[in-house]
Amino acid sequence: MTAVEVSDLRKEFVRRDGPWRRRRVPALCGISFTIERGECVAVLGANGSGKSTLVRLLATLLLHDGGSAHVFGHDVFGDPRAVRRLVNRVSVEASFFKKMSSTENLSYSARFYGMTRGETSRRIPEILERVGFPVERRGEAMEALSRGMQQKVALARALLTAPVLLLLDEPTTGLDPRSKLEVQEFIREVRQIHDATILLCTHDLDEAEALADRIGILHRGELIALGTADELKRRYETETLEGAFFAATGRALVDDEEEED
Amino acid sequence: MRGAAATLRGELIGLAGVVERNVYLVRRYIWWDIAFFVWTVANTLTIVYIAKGIEAAGGQIDVERTTTILLIGAVIWAYLGIIFEILTETVAWERWEGTIEYTFMAPLARPVHLAGMGIFSVAYGVVRAVLLFGIVAALFDLQLPEANFWSAVVVLAIASISFVGIGMMTAVLPLISPEKGVQLGFIAQGVLLVVSGVYYPVDVLPGWMQALAVISPATYALDGIRAAILDGAGVGAVWHDIWPLIIIGAVAVPLGLEVFRRGERHAKRHGKLKRSG
Repeated sequence: MTAVEVSDLRKEFVRRDGPWRRRRVPALCGISFTIERGECVAVLGANGSGKSTLVRLLATLLLHDGGSAHVFGHDVFGDPRAVRRLVNRVSVEASFFKKMSSTENLSYSARFYGMTRGETSRRIPEILERVGFPVERRGEAMEALSRGMQQKVALARALLTAPVLLLLDEPTTGLDPRSKLEVQEFIREVRQIHDATILLCTHDLDEAEALADRIGILHRGELIALGTADELKRRYETETLEGAFFAATGRALVDDEEEED
Repeated sequence: MRGAAATLRGELIGLAGVVERNVYLVRRYIWWDIAFFVWTVANTLTIVYIAKGIEAAGGQIDVERTTTILLIGAVIWAYLGIIFEILTETVAWERWEGTIEYTFMAPLARPVHLAGMGIFSVAYGVVRAVLLFGIVAALFDLQLPEANFWSAVVVLAIASISFVGIGMMTAVLPLISPEKGVQLGFIAQGVLLVVSGVYYPVDVLPGWMQALAVISPATYALDGIRAAILDGAGVGAVWHDIWPLIIIGAVAVPLGLEVFRRGERHAKRHGKLKRSG
């Protein structure tokens, strides 16, 4: 079954150059791909390549300028509420009310997905324990927690609503090596136990190779390659994924493009 | 039928979630709230003392009545400020914290989301307004022998529907302009009250302002509440203030939802529905 079907998806943003002049900057230039149910697809791209725009379009946070996107058959732009029930997201910033505790943040946000107080009082401790969050720190304000801890709570928030499509937008960027490995291990577990489909946007080549079934290369808003890591290496006649990325885009992954919206 | 009931249940749980979140925030920022409340009391006193000041300067006025008129104006100003602040600043606050993306991608109907914010703002605003009125009335030893508080609460409750509707319109401003949107909400609050006779009769205003006063819910709220507290007017006696409030509320809420819907679409079109700060 197809979980995500994106066809000729286009998005532009308007930039102001001074008070009167405006120009249109393409963020996605007609990309097409599909993700099968239970599959993990990583999208590699430099900053500004269009990764976050793709995630935000699928999360119903942006309106498109052309093409289409469907999640489990639901039109992302025509029936966004049906899509929202199926999707959750973890982004590079953990994004919580900083003075509120992890339990408070998880509790109210789960309510938006229809979970009752009884359900959250049972599920939140379970899920925090599974992500390795210390029990005794559940009442502490988020601002008192390390980045790694905050990101674990972000994973717990996403998983609490049992999404069938998980959008991961650089979930391990800025984490220390240990936290990064823990988060990656948890992503594997989510996939195995919950049968979740995952779209992982990253600029970490090792992470993409370790977690994804297929890898796409997004460059200046165009999806210029999509295949398994081995297929990409063969196609670009290189030993490493880094070499394949360089051959495909003519630049290293760390190079920034113009910042996207 | 069962599907509709499940959907309704889900929306009500979501609405409770919005209220719950705001309760957590008040709890976590309680000392700030107390500090702002002290500021509101001080601000109200600077206005209410005007009545004693006029008498001290030789003016012939009924000090207790004028003090009460000014106090009601100041309390309604503070109440409206809380409603606008909660509706407008919650959106701005969510932008700043980054939670806005998670809130707006949740499967919660926007009218339910806004209704949750409106319900909390009214409940919280009523608590603050009652405390403010009680403290200042006690400081001035206002007797209010005729006061019909029940009637005043009815007028305030009906006016709140309109206030929330207008608040929804201002709540979208931080989505359109992250930098200046909140301030525009304060401007809307100020304009609404200046044409509504907050500290003076509407009759003293120029004609064009009086025309605006006719469509302002604050005009009828102030008039009805003053009649109830100063003259003991019952609900029937303030009906001429209640029915315009019902009509304005019936227009303001759908209009507020539509303005918010359009603002949200604009934000999604231009990539503004995201964290900032």
